[in-house]
Amino acid sequence: MWRKCVIGLFATIMLGGCQNTPEQTLYQRLGGQQGVEKLVDNFINQIGHDKQIFHFFADSKISHFRQGFIQHLCAVSDGPCRYTGDSMVDIHTGMMVKEGDFNHVVELLINAMDDSGIETPVQNALLARLAPLRSGIIYR
Amino acid sequence: MKITNTICIILGILGYCVSAMAGQGKILATPGVSQAEGAGGGGIVPWAQLAGYASRDEIAVNGFCSRAGLDDYQLDVCGAQLNLYDRVELSVAKQTFDVPALNMQIKQDIAGVKVRLYGDILYSALPQISVGWQHKSLKDGTIANLLGAKDTRGDDFYVAASKLHLGALAGYNFFWNVTARYTDANQLGLLGFGAEGQHRSIQLEGAAAVFLNPNWAVGTEYRQKPDNMAIKEDDWQDVFIAWFPNKHFTVTAAWLNLGDIAGAEKQTGWYLSISGAL
Repeated sequence: MWRKCVIGLFATIMLGGCQNTPEQTLYQRLGGQQGVEKLVDNFINQIGHDKQIFHFFADSKISHFRQGFIQHLCAVSDGPCRYTGDSMVDIHTGMMVKEGDFNHVVELLINAMDDSGIETPVQNALLARLAPLRSGIIYR
Repeated sequence: MKITNTICIILGILGYCVSAMAGQGKILATPGVSQAEGAGGGGIVPWAQLAGYASRDEIAVNGFCSRAGLDDYQLDVCGAQLNLYDRVELSVAKQTFDVPALNMQIKQDIAGVKVRLYGDILYSALPQISVGWQHKSLKDGTIANLLGAKDTRGDDFYVAASKLHLGALAGYNFFWNVTARYTDANQLGLLGFGAEGQHRSIQLEGAAAVFLNPNWAVGTEYRQKPDNMAIKEDDWQDVFIAWFPNKHFTVTAAWLNLGDIAGAEKQTGWYLSISGAL
């Protein structure tokens, strides 16, 4: 009885998962170009109000960062873009981004995705694409 | 007991000192909660993560109290952990096991150390791996001796591996932990350690959970237990839901199935744990 229930629940979750992703790219699930632009604007807004992170951006040009990050997100989410900006290592060398700073930026990105109304599974999918970048960013 | 008290004092002083600079560098919910013997973990299994939100540049202090209400018993635990640079976890826990039918209490103190050897549950390709040690001492060994336990003090050693997979279960984050423990503790040590002709053995423990969103997780744990004494001891399991509203406060509720305990059959019940971090 208990086992049947668990199997049933599991099957429902798995099937539900399949139905939720009818061959849409992550880029489309993020709302395409418009969705990515809104997300980056929300993210910049989060950073602008954050004491721990803002100083990392003090010397950078916001419009340059905005364009670069929009292109980067578009590319990592299988959108119709190619990232042509500097490498993560080049950008972050000399910044000494600590592990805790990186995680805090992840939290600001989650806040920005919440502000955009992006659902948890789509948030997780984007975070999974971005997580491998960490080694090129921290302690540089 | 003395070790526990000393560690308590050290934790208290350090807690006061670091409160101004307490670590917040981990992602919400990734440290997990506090298990019944004081280690960072789930409810009954120590996990590979260290308790507290300290990243590798930080220190964190965490405190908790838990209550398990079973058919014939009640177990209360309060404890604290100090996380040093996400490398070392020092923990203390005080357990009070109530037996209302006999109007009696069994008390045990536990001091623990856990060291992260490798990885990060979120970012490393391989699971995070930690090793731990729990030193346990019963305050009064009368019951333990009566039931045939050999010692009133004991040590558990364990190795744990855990990993969080982003979006792995139908888009939701999936967490698992496996722990192997080398122990001779009878019912966590509350009924003493070992028995005539019985020695330490390896017991397997596991946990799995799904994050519904960054603030809520549901999961289950299983803990294999030794069965040293003439009186039967069963494996434990729980099904839990944990709420992480922020990095300072966590609530965990669980349903427990702990089997036979000291002759009382099929003990099930509810578990509630609250923890706070500086």
